[in-house]
Amino acid sequence: MTILVIAEHDNAALRAVTLNTITAASRIGGDITVLVAGHGCAGVAAAAAAVAGVSRVLLADAPAFEHPLAEDVAALVIALASGHSHVLAPATSFGKNFMPRVAALLDVAQVSDIVGVEAPDTFVRPIYAGNALATVRSIDATKVITVRATAFDAAPADGGSATVDAVEAPAGSGLSAFVSQTLSKSERPSLGDARVVVSGGRGLGSAEQYRGVLEPLADRLGAALGASRAAVDSGYAPNDHQVGQTGQIVAPELYIAIGLSGAIQHLAGMKASRVIVAINKDSDAPIFQVADYGLVGDLFDVVPQLVAALDAEPG
Amino acid sequence: MKVLVPVKRVIDYNVRIRVAADGSGVDTANVKMSMNPFDEIAVEEAVRLRERGAATEVVVVSCGVAACQDTLRAAMAIGADRAVLVATDAELQPLAVARLLHAVAQREQPGLVICGKQAIDDDASQTGQMLAALLGWGQATFASKLELSDGRAVVTREIDGGLETISVALPALVTTDLRLNEPRYASLPNIMKAKKKPLETLTPEALGVDVTPRLITVRVSEPAKRQSGVKVADVAELVRKLRDEAKVLR
Ligand SMILES: Cc1cc2nc3c(=O)[nH]c(=O)nc-3n(C[C@H](O)[C@H](O)[C@H](O)COP(=O)(O)OP(=O)(O)OC[C@H]3O[C@@H](n4cnc5c(N)ncnc54)[C@H](O)[C@@H]3O)c2cc1C
Ligand SMILES: Nc1ncnc2c1ncn2[C@@H]1O[C@H](COP(=O)(O)O)[C@@H](O)[C@H]1O
Repeated sequence: MTILVIAEHDNAALRAVTLNTITAASRIGGDITVLVAGHGCAGVAAAAAAVAGVSRVLLADAPAFEHPLAEDVAALVIALASGHSHVLAPATSFGKNFMPRVAALLDVAQVSDIVGVEAPDTFVRPIYAGNALATVRSIDATKVITVRATAFDAAPADGGSATVDAVEAPAGSGLSAFVSQTLSKSERPSLGDARVVVSGGRGLGSAEQYRGVLEPLADRLGAALGASRAAVDSGYAPNDHQVGQTGQIVAPELYIAIGLSGAIQHLAGMKASRVIVAINKDSDAPIFQVADYGLVGDLFDVVPQLVAALDAEPG
Repeated sequence: MKVLVPVKRVIDYNVRIRVAADGSGVDTANVKMSMNPFDEIAVEEAVRLRERGAATEVVVVSCGVAACQDTLRAAMAIGADRAVLVATDAELQPLAVARLLHAVAQREQPGLVICGKQAIDDDASQTGQMLAALLGWGQATFASKLELSDGRAVVTREIDGGLETISVALPALVTTDLRLNEPRYASLPNIMKAKKKPLETLTPEALGVDVTPRLITVRVSEPAKRQSGVKVADVAELVRKLRDEAKVLR
């Protein structure tokens, strides 16, 4: 078996989700090739070549790939896919965008968001916001798969010594064009990579209070900030903070849910966290059903107390 | 310009689903069904385009069992002009749906297709992108803002790190994210009017599309339940537990 993994990166560094995807590939077993498509991204290719388990890196370095467009990335992957039994990408807004195009052009099904590998053709994936797990077997010649990063450990970033080969990028389709990008700038770790996530819901009441109450706690814990859909829709937090079925999926060591009720769509995005803490004034809130430690109380009292208590902790 | 909106009938998002005891799937008997929430947003967006003169007609299409008619009527109550049902009792997977929609799009020749970004039952998030590829069109997924001008769609997309804006030549395919709009409630008169709007029924055979599934469901199971936790009395106890029991403090 030969597996093609499409790397996610920002032209400067490999995103951690790529390492989780490589682990999923190694569970399938076989030779792993990583495709790095970008612009001025030779450093990323070198980093991919150093990942344990990778045997070959393909580098498509072209101005058109600075901001990858689905049509162009799909065309590149199609050009390289022949001879591979599996094509894998992370199930992020990057991978979800172009992978179904790859599958359709190969006339094969896509297996979305896998959380387990049972056999080279059999995979486990959540459905209904994670309230059920489906085990599916693909009968297609090429398996096109997106991987839920939180379900697989990161492959070691060193220990490998793959070759790097440049590949020609097909001419751009011209169907779409990049206009602009606004990325949230933050000193904090990103949601996907954070060891601790502090997440707030409608109970925070305003953008000022969301920041004023949650940031000191996040600062103390080195945490990323997350949010419920209600908090995002109300303008307390930017859209990329949304955790859930239709936001980001996270599984940190510690997830602190504050003033959010725990709707199934929210739980879908965080219930694989190792330790869950819930702070809510309603003792019947569903979030308490998944919380390891629940504290019933007014968040405007409790969270500042928690920050003070943590400050008093040694270390 | 005609806008085509594919809508899926799914278990209502408020229903707590149950896994069938024999592991074959999820119980759907006597369960409330609704339009996939992202597709409601897609219908609303298309109707708004028509209302502001950027589109001339909104056609909704659903693939599945006869009861998808209810979903199509709901879409026409929001304001879609007419509907197409691709009727089949067969299990439909995203690639098959995309191929059916491709055939419908070839008949209808829309200038824009708006899909939901994902169906909340299979959580696949594939069909729109697949359809765009089959049509050879550009795509803009996860849209939170859509503007049409000079033969292009300018779309703001929700991406993991923030927002991205791209410009796609029409005809194009867009998939909706939650914040694109807030769908209106259908008024009673509009629900009545929707009953009289045209609804055409086709079949996969008539469209010449083979819908045989490529993925075989081996089993559907319930996810492992989390161990139920404890309520702590106060912040001091919480910090103690996090430090000594969970060992998550550094
Ligand atoms: C198709 C679809 C997709 C969705 N996807 C997502 C998703 O990805 N992520 C997501 O989060 N949601 C999603 N939702 C929305 C979800 O159903 C809920 O509406 C949402 O999660 C509720 O947010 P919330 O818990 O912040 O608000 P609420 O449910 O209003 O809860 C607020 C909570 O705050 C508590 N509270 C209020 N004041 C205080 C106080 N002073 N101190 C302590 N506690 C307080 C209340 O007791 C309450 O439990 C989706 C919905 C749909 C239909
Ligand atoms: N059976 C169907 N009939 C009509 N549209 C569908 C159907 N299945 C999926 N779609 C469309 O494709 C989108 C994404 O679905 P999915 O790829 O299954 O997550 C939905 O939001 C709908 O717009």
